[in-house]
Order: sequence, then C-alpha cells, then structure tokens
Amino acid sequence: MWNFSCPLIVYGDNSLDYLAQVKGKKAFIVTDKNIVKLGLIKPVTGKLDEAKIQWEIFDDVEPEPSLTTIKKGGVAVGKYQPDWVIGIGGGSCMDAAKAIILLLARPELEPESLSVLEEFNFRAKARLMAIPTTSGTGSEATWAIVLTDTKDNRKLGLGSTECMPDVAILDPVMVMGMPPQITADTGMDVICHAIEGYTSTWGTSMTLGPGLIATRLALEYLVRAYKDGGDLEARKEMMNAATMGGMSFGNSMAGLAHSTGHALGAIFHVPHGRAVGLFLPYTMEYLINESAETTAQYAEMARYCHVASSGSDKECALALVARVRALAGELGQPLSIKDCGVGQAEYEKEIPRLIERALNEVMTMTVTRIPGEEDLGRIFKYAYEGKNIDF
Amino acid sequence: MVKYLSQEWCDLYKEEINKSKAYEEAAKTWEGDFYFITEPGGPVKEKGFMYVDLYHGKCRACEIVTDPNKYKPAFTLAAPYNIWKQIATKKLDSTKALITRQSKLTGDMAKIMRYTKAANELTNCTMLVPTEWLD
Repeated sequence: MWNFSCPLIVYGDNSLDYLAQVKGKKAFIVTDKNIVKLGLIKPVTGKLDEAKIQWEIFDDVEPEPSLTTIKKGGVAVGKYQPDWVIGIGGGSCMDAAKAIILLLARPELEPESLSVLEEFNFRAKARLMAIPTTSGTGSEATWAIVLTDTKDNRKLGLGSTECMPDVAILDPVMVMGMPPQITADTGMDVICHAIEGYTSTWGTSMTLGPGLIATRLALEYLVRAYKDGGDLEARKEMMNAATMGGMSFGNSMAGLAHSTGHALGAIFHVPHGRAVGLFLPYTMEYLINESAETTAQYAEMARYCHVASSGSDKECALALVARVRALAGELGQPLSIKDCGVGQAEYEKEIPRLIERALNEVMTMTVTRIPGEEDLGRIFKYAYEGKNIDF
Repeated sequence: MVKYLSQEWCDLYKEEINKSKAYEEAAKTWEGDFYFITEPGGPVKEKGFMYVDLYHGKCRACEIVTDPNKYKPAFTLAAPYNIWKQIATKKLDSTKALITRQSKLTGDMAKIMRYTKAANELTNCTMLVPTEWLD
C-alpha cells in the first residue's frame, strides 16, 4: 500500500483571485518579516478582505524555523482559532504553517513530536493553504516539515501525511521580484527534486510523470528566469516545475544529493538548493557507475528532455549529468565545495561528521546503490576538488 | 529452514546480526531494545512478541516472549503478519510501512530516524535467515 497525495493546485495568471471563492471566517497567515516588507502579503489580504475573511499575521518565521518559533506560532494560532492557516513564503514559511496547524489541533504536543506517529485531524478545525513566493522547495505539494533544533544544531525531518496543504496557489505575481541568486539556488533544488524523485526506489508509475515534466521545464526555463526575472512565462513554468518536483519527490523520496547536501548545509551553512544542486552531478555519476537501473532512468530523462537523442543508456545518462553541470555553470552556481569558499583543512576535519549525517538520512537508503562510510567519504572528497566520480 | 516466530528463528537472527560488519558499523552508537509485535491475523492467532536488545552494533538478546510484561523495551514496533513478511523479505520498506500506518511504532521516533542505515542493515540480516513462513 502506498498513496499519492497533492493539494488542489490553482495556477497561472490571477490565481490569487481564487481566494474570493474561499469559504471561511478567519485566516491565520504564517510568514516572515521580509515577505511582509516586500509587500507580498497585501495581494493576499486584499482578496481575503473582499471575501470578508478576517486575518491575522504571524511573521516571526526565520529561515530554517526553530522549534521555539513553532511553539510561539502554536500559542498564537490557538488564541486566534482560525478556520484557515495560510503559509506565504518559501519552504520555511510553508513548513512552519504545516507545523502550526498541527499544533492548533494538538496544542499539548511539543513541536518535535509532530510526526507520522501522531493523529491530528486538524481539518475538524481549519484547512491549510500554501502560497509560495519562491520556485524551489515544492513544500506547497508535500507533507514534509523541516524544523531546526537550535539546541543541538540539527535539522529535524518531521511531518504527517495529514499536513499536505488543501490548496496551493501558484500566482506568478508572488515570484516576479525574486532576486537572481535565490532564483538560481531554489531552481537547482527543483532539478534535484525532479531527478531524484524520478529515480527514487520509492518511486512508482504515479510519481514518474511529475518528475519527468519538472526536469524538462526546469532545464528549459530556469536560466531564462535567472537572467530576466520579469520573464513571465519562465516564472510561471518554474513555479509549475517546483510544484511538480514536490509532487514527485514528496510521493516517493529524494536521494543521495539531498542527504549529502543536507550534511554540507548543516555543517557549513551552504543554502539548501545550492548544496543539493552541487552534489547532484556527483551522486548521479556514483549511481551510473554501478546501477544499470538508475542509468536507464537517467537516459529516459535525457532523451525526453532533448539532452541526448542517440547513444547507449550510459552515454545518455552522462549527457544528463553534463547538462546539469552546464546549467549550474550558467547560473553561476559553485561546481565544487572548494568553490563555496570552504577551507580545505576545516572541511577535511569535518568529513567524519558529514559522513555520519549523510549515512543516517532516509534519502541515502532510497537509491539503487546505497553507499557505506567509505564511499560517502570519497564522494565528499571528490566533490570538494570538483573531480568526476570514477568509482 | 526455521519457523517464523520461533526461538530457533530468533537464534539465527541474532547470529546474523552479530556477523554483520555493515550493521556493526551503522549501529555502533545505538542503544535500545524492542518488542517486535506480530498482530493476530492470517495464520497468526495470538499476538507474538519478539524481544530484541541491540547495543553498540551487536545483538545482546533475541527471544520469543510469552509474557509481554517480562521486559519494558524502549521501543515497540507492531504490525500484522503479512506486513512483517513483506518487510522481512524487502518487498515493503519499513519506513514506508510506518508512514502508511501499516506498522505502528512507540518510542522515540526521532532517535530511530537517526539510524536509518542501521535499520536497513537489520532488514538485510532478516533476509539471511532461512525462514519458513506460516502461510
């Protein structure tokens, strides 16, 4: 038994108009101060006003939201008792909204207990909406919640299948002002979600479609959106790609680029999309070297995305790797860890911790070639130098 | 072949865990014991309790328990027979079983999630036990 879940997805021009059709009395908006400052809340609250829905803003969400912030949000939502919780922002705000709506239903729980072991039934009280302002995490179409335990300096992968948003609104007006660097970082996250979701051992025929289309869209539109933030078509298609990437990996699982990238991000504070995007070509090579199954899947993607039209599976798969590297280059992304400005001595000292973190991520187990300590250590070393994986 | 839910099965399982270098490496800091509970259903008429004590990459005990009050393990993992069979034969991923509520865990989920490689190696050990399934 497995399942495929996703929200009602409202997309394209004027999607925020959907808010006028929403039935409810009170909305609790979860966001951050920067989104408020950028004026991105106003188009939403304006529509809520038209629909005669009262609203309150909780704008304390920080990047990689902490358990403390979620607890504070839980108290605020409990006082307000809304019938909608709306996450507006990037992955952090949307994840925070998911966690906060779970606390609305179960205020007695500590945020670190928001896992699949618990039952919440929050829809008896409120429904959940996600409005992304970046095109990357796909959080609007997944049930996952990533929070930070600031005491132990570690990321917690939480969430319940219940907290898939009811509605995701993809209005390009919300991403038009995204700066080029964030467009690049988050766009690399989309490519990772799409490629890793497609090749995950948890994938099924239900998850292949979104992964494949998201990859093709990102390869076609990401550079355009990066070079010209006002390119409406590119922005729209990247929003669609991000959500489909979420549908792909959220209903299967991400893979080795995510587990290694998470480890790098946790220890050296490299932004998430940049870190996972950096590891993607290396981990793809690692899989190609031993796994005919994954090589064939990469080849399918390469052919569908017009990256390769002839050649063996291995040649086509390697063409896809080269295309990912070229894309990162066009976006000014680092191609090696050395390029991220991490010092070699400091990095080498941390390799055991990087290995330990990567080894114990579920995403390391959902690939067709599961590395042990030794292989992970070599992947980390090669990625530092920018050396192609030859083992 | 040894029968599932028998002491002979437990003895072989313990042996396989203690032979596994991959498990030892992945679980070198793990401390925690379990009841693996087989819920009634199919060929299983009564709840079956298997006690497994795992410590620093080794299995210290693996036994069939008739009185569940005998131990107070840190974790319990319960599932019907057909789900255990699918997990043990790697037809169903143990994390997927948890997410879809086909199995139920009690205990510190966050701790378990930090040892996913060890969990995977434990399942690999299960595959090495020549099991006579009950159906």
